[in-house]
Amino acid sequence: MELIQAIIASIIVAATPLAFAAIGEVVAEKSGVLNLGVEGMMIVGALAGFATTFETGSPALGVLVAAAAGTTAALAFGFLTQILLANQVATGLALTLFCLGLTALAGHAYSGQATPPLQPIPIPLLSEIPVLGPALFAHDALVYLAVALALAAGWFLRSTRAGLILRAIGENPDAAHAIGYPVVLARLMALAFGGALAGIGGAYLFLVQTPHWVENMTSGRGWIALAIVVFAGWRPERALLGAYLFGGVSVIQLHMQAFGIDIDAQYLSMAPYLATIVVLALISHDKTRQRMNAPAALGRPFFQSS
Amino acid sequence: MIRLEPRPTASTAMIYIAPAAAILLSMAAGMGLFWALGEDPVRGIGMVFIEPLTDWFYISEISVKGTPLLLIAIGLSFGFRAGIWNIGAEGQFTVGALAGGATALALYDMEGLWVLPLMALASIAAGMAWAAIPAFLRTRLNTNEILVTLMLTYVATHILSILVHGPLKDPTGFNFPESRLFHDAATVPVLFEGARAHVGLLAAFLVVAVAWLTLRYHVFGFQMKVTGQAPRAARFAGFVQPRAVWACLLISGGLAGFAGMLEAAGPVGQLVPAIPVGYGFTAIIVAFLGRLQPLGILFASFVMALTYIGGEAAQIDMNLPNAITGVFQGMFLFLLLGIDVLTRYRVRRIPRRPAPSAALRGA
Repeated sequence: MELIQAIIASIIVAATPLAFAAIGEVVAEKSGVLNLGVEGMMIVGALAGFATTFETGSPALGVLVAAAAGTTAALAFGFLTQILLANQVATGLALTLFCLGLTALAGHAYSGQATPPLQPIPIPLLSEIPVLGPALFAHDALVYLAVALALAAGWFLRSTRAGLILRAIGENPDAAHAIGYPVVLARLMALAFGGALAGIGGAYLFLVQTPHWVENMTSGRGWIALAIVVFAGWRPERALLGAYLFGGVSVIQLHMQAFGIDIDAQYLSMAPYLATIVVLALISHDKTRQRMNAPAALGRPFFQSS
Repeated sequence: MIRLEPRPTASTAMIYIAPAAAILLSMAAGMGLFWALGEDPVRGIGMVFIEPLTDWFYISEISVKGTPLLLIAIGLSFGFRAGIWNIGAEGQFTVGALAGGATALALYDMEGLWVLPLMALASIAAGMAWAAIPAFLRTRLNTNEILVTLMLTYVATHILSILVHGPLKDPTGFNFPESRLFHDAATVPVLFEGARAHVGLLAAFLVVAVAWLTLRYHVFGFQMKVTGQAPRAARFAGFVQPRAVWACLLISGGLAGFAGMLEAAGPVGQLVPAIPVGYGFTAIIVAFLGRLQPLGILFASFVMALTYIGGEAAQIDMNLPNAITGVFQGMFLFLLLGIDVLTRYRVRRIPRRPAPSAALRGA
């Protein structure tokens, strides 16, 4: 029982950064913009958050600065793709490459330093349920925030007027523009939201997972988040579930030995990446479903002609 | 009020000006960066971009870094033209190095001129096989190749590490995770005595020439151009998209694999976990900076290799982290993509309020 409890708790910890990044990217992609720079926004958030937490001792401030840093990176991407009409795929790659370089340079002074971890906040009553209580309801605030954001983003996209406009812009920006909706502004806001969440996801890595700054510490999580968006069919709640699934795959290596299964840890550390490929292949197999869910204008440039 | 107006055709002048402007602006931004790091900006930028050109040793080193970049970027440029995004060249590079290296170790101490060509073939086949996975998934299951190629990069890095820690470990190497040093027949010959520049550079030049001829004279080059610019037109013309996906991924995979073998059997001389050092990702920037044109890529790979060597010099001399190279390379691509708006659009100034028409004023 202790073991199951520990496994569930560690899955949630591994999944939360993925959840933040994936939920943010769902909203951004729903506006019709494909931002491949999630990895870059996460690493920028991680470093900015780490530096802030290290200097001030305040994890909360670190989360805020991480969100701001992710937003800044996202808006740089937005400026290039929405104002200067650059290719979205190339710009997303550029953002990731640039951010990885920049953080390696700027973070050099912080390598080897440690920050105080984020304290868990057990939810009264619920956390006292045997086994499930400590596994599910004794986490840090960001775990709960991720769940709340998934629900809120789902509600926003489905049931609010602004969400409907955002989806319309993602399906057909020309028509939305003709009706008078601010396409570029809405896309920039969606990107900014995605960037803020990616930044928080990056901050979670040092706040809860390992209390250090390590160069390139996102190690592909931003890319896995992009895969989760496809897996989730562009729905925030499913993105949360997808993140838990992928989180599960990535921590399973830590627990295999506990079950008496003796596999080299090296083989198991490939598991998340292989699982991503398998899941993507299975999901994308169904072409009609894919076309139904993906925003129709995803990745296409929008030129405002009048 | 400033607005953009689409040009009927891309500006020829801007096609050449944009990369040059991106490089110059990166240098200017780089001077700001050096200043922010508390170094002399002029000396810093001179160290990265000019000093390596003043010494034959550095020029040889530039060719060592430029060779893999050139090979990989040429391969990627075909796919990027056609909108097929192989961003996992790093992984194909790694399996190429692994296959070439494993061949060398299997033939340990065997002499003969056939050893290196066999290693080259093994590496090309391995790179192609690695790229065939996304090609198969994209053409059969409609799976996004961007994510698959990238995920396979992480898998390749792990496989290299596993094999170097296990079966390919040097039996006399005190348990270090590295293979034996390749014997002479399995080592890429150097061009000049005492320098690391190797014959792979000549192979890369040959690839540039072939790519140039293909794009100019062969129908495949034309198909790639049309597929990228007008997918519908390409379909009507009977260009088969799945075939283009396969061709682009296999070409880029094979060339990246070959580059990996040259790296392992050239400057490194053995298999170590740190063989993939990011050439596969930097080559993406090289391909764009070179405008996806073979001759442009030749120039861009030289500039990019220069920043590696210059960055190393700055690292040693000014005690800066070597990540400074990555910052410059990222800036190149970022600024290029931004400036490129002027290639496809022109800037027009229009009055904020439309002036009353002449007819009205006359009345």
